[in-house]
Amino acid sequence: MEAVVDRARAWAQTERHFEVDAEQLRACLLAVLPADRVLCAPEELAPYECDGLSVFRAQPLAVVLPQSEDEVVAVLKVCHEMGVPVVPRGAGTGLSGGAMPHPQGVVLSLARLNRILAIDPVARTARVQPGVRNLAISEAVAPYGLYYAPDPSSQIACTIGGNVAENSGGVHCLKYGLTVHNVLAVRGFTASGEPVAFGSVAPDAPGYDLLALTIGSEGMLAVVTEITVRLLPKPVVAKCLLAAFDSVRAAGEAVAAVIAAGIIPAGLEMMDRGATVAVEDFIHAGYPTDAEALLLCEADGTEAEVAEEIARMKAVLEAHGATEIRVSRDEAERLRFWAGRKAAFPAAGRISADYYCMDGTIPRRAIGAMLEAIREMESRYGLRCLNVFHAGDGNLHPLILFDANVPGEWERAEAFGVEILERSVALGGTITGEHGVGVEKINQMCVQFTPEEREAFFQIKAAFDPDGVLNPGKAIPTLHRCAEYGKMRVSGGALPFPELPRF
Amino acid sequence: MTDETQQRIISEWQKRLHTARERRQPVRIRGGGSKTHLPWCRIPDEAVVIDTRAWRGVERYEPTELVVTVRGGTPLDEVEALLAERNQWLPFAPPRFRAGTTIGGVVASGLSGPTRLGHGTVRDAVLGVRLLDGRRRVLRFGGEVMKNVAGYDVSRLLVGSWGTLGVLLSVSLKVSPVPPASATRRFAMTAVEASRQLNRWAGQPLPLSAALWADGTLWVQLHGARAAVEEAGVQIGGERVAEDEADALWQHVRDHREPLWAVPDGLVLWRLSVPPTAPITEVGARFWFEGTGGIRWVVAPPDWDGFAYAAQLGGWAWRWQGAASRWMSARPETVAAIEARVRDVFDPDRLFGDGPFGEG
Repeated sequence: MEAVVDRARAWAQTERHFEVDAEQLRACLLAVLPADRVLCAPEELAPYECDGLSVFRAQPLAVVLPQSEDEVVAVLKVCHEMGVPVVPRGAGTGLSGGAMPHPQGVVLSLARLNRILAIDPVARTARVQPGVRNLAISEAVAPYGLYYAPDPSSQIACTIGGNVAENSGGVHCLKYGLTVHNVLAVRGFTASGEPVAFGSVAPDAPGYDLLALTIGSEGMLAVVTEITVRLLPKPVVAKCLLAAFDSVRAAGEAVAAVIAAGIIPAGLEMMDRGATVAVEDFIHAGYPTDAEALLLCEADGTEAEVAEEIARMKAVLEAHGATEIRVSRDEAERLRFWAGRKAAFPAAGRISADYYCMDGTIPRRAIGAMLEAIREMESRYGLRCLNVFHAGDGNLHPLILFDANVPGEWERAEAFGVEILERSVALGGTITGEHGVGVEKINQMCVQFTPEEREAFFQIKAAFDPDGVLNPGKAIPTLHRCAEYGKMRVSGGALPFPELPRF
Repeated sequence: MTDETQQRIISEWQKRLHTARERRQPVRIRGGGSKTHLPWCRIPDEAVVIDTRAWRGVERYEPTELVVTVRGGTPLDEVEALLAERNQWLPFAPPRFRAGTTIGGVVASGLSGPTRLGHGTVRDAVLGVRLLDGRRRVLRFGGEVMKNVAGYDVSRLLVGSWGTLGVLLSVSLKVSPVPPASATRRFAMTAVEASRQLNRWAGQPLPLSAALWADGTLWVQLHGARAAVEEAGVQIGGERVAEDEADALWQHVRDHREPLWAVPDGLVLWRLSVPPTAPITEVGARFWFEGTGGIRWVVAPPDWDGFAYAAQLGGWAWRWQGAASRWMSARPETVAAIEARVRDVFDPDRLFGDGPFGEG
């Protein structure tokens, strides 16, 4: 792991360097926060060295745990005055290193701002602090027959503040949208500690849509301290259909056919055989392990509506070569169908020392072609890859299996991942559907955007944060970085000096 | 349109922007001209006009991807006709106040029709844009896929920016299958009862699509799976409205047609955007609302202050017509300063004017 830590350090060194007097910074933070809310000792800082992407690590100068908006403002003002980078953090479940600390900076944990401030069942809104867990919102509003729709797989742990930073999705977003479609308003503070509010509980909002810019901005534009979410009425019933196919291409075509038939499933997921087998060994969901691909297709609504939609989906899937179709007979069976899909990541962790989860999005029509390309890459890189997809919206989560203790494996896994992402762009898609760019995909931003587009992103960042102290160095690569990356890239995914660290 | 033609038009527009900047002339972007009755859309005589109508055509339509990419000057009618062939639609019912509405105008205005209640707004549907900005840069943001978090969400920033940041060269929109069934029900109700009832229904799993309250009548459109629409009709009750009459009504609401949108001389039309559950009072000479009560229209005497009234209800207001010193509620200073700097990103020379955002 030492090499990895060095890599993260080197990442920060290629970015702007901040001159910070650590002792003075800590003293200033302790002057505005109680001592138990400022962590400085190395053993206290260790749990904050990385987020869910643990291969990228760095130790911050301090971690602060404010418990009120006032304390957040106090921290921001200290850091602003001293020119210290601030990295906001929720639960740390992010998968792109967006919350990786800055070595000359402060990690601003919003985890203790974890209160649900108001629930308005009539207006169908909830006003919550950023540290509230995603699932806790749905649990709190369940007595009113309501729920919060975006459900990232980490929803038991991830915070709504983190969801806002990443514009998180989940398995139901084809029908119910992403975070940007389900957050009505945010309140927060600029890097200098000035209060701001974007969006509105009223329809639309006057002026430019700064709420849309803020959502998915990876904590680089403002620190959000209060979020008003839209709640939806819980569907009366949901049913899930499990369909098996004898090729990934046939499954991909069936997905397109479902959409072409005018059906918008509540969830539409795909797993390849490798993923199915890994999951079945782990969870015993009853998946057919001899199928090359599985589709999970969910309908929700009223009883009659669901019966109508399931029948239509079944007909389409049968016509497109499904070798076996099961419809969940009750809620327990539906949850069992989903349990396997939701356990895909831990199942990968069980059969491999490490795994690297990718997040490209491609047009649905290219799913079959992409899976075949990944299969070819598996043999070229000498690594296995399990494939799970949010097939309904073309969002891929290939899980590349590797062992960090075997020299060279992580480098190969990373190159494998890069090739998948760059292929996603070439197929008309994007390098990240829902995990964010963070530090992980910063080089691939050079492939997806022109220098002028990246310049515009930097200008937007400066419009909110002129001093550039909020989560610096993430998400948007500098011209210099892209120039270096351009020199290093060669066709075919093979790198000229695979043994050298690359930044 | 060949690549050469496209390049020629873009170069021509870039030249025009350059010259306008040198001569300190304003630039205005004009599509179909269907919104020129809105006061902030008036084109000053001295302005250099970028007319997008020659910049038209569907670049890509992939029914199974649920996405269409269209050049800014393409007529809305043309796009909707194309989608209808595959039984798809733009579910946010973009208004066409007059003939000629273009897709660029739909996105730049950010206005959505009555079905926004059940199907979302134009902002919800935008996936990507290609922009010619005031610095003469051609920039692409977002894309054609449903999920995309690479870079800031500039595509949505452009929704409702009223042409103040640049020319929308093309936009990618999420399209939806047309739900199989629809029905409209009518109820005799006061505004207060109607809003209360609508908010109650909206908290239940019903296929609500659109709602209007005007002159003592509530109209509700249900739109969804056949079974769902039938069940919901029984559940909410009211009187069934014949299909022709219902279609005419919702078009009327979508396009702000008279008599409902008629404003007598000497009075002013306001669009109030307030929390849908804010107390309802029938203010002004005439009053009606859309959705569950969030969009309220008021015809008021000229001295009535809609900005103050909306602020009191926790919302904001839009003065929809006439000469005024301001058309849209002001934002707090910190936010206004960020907005100004965001404008600097795309139009530092303020070529494109203030739209509805500034002082009139």
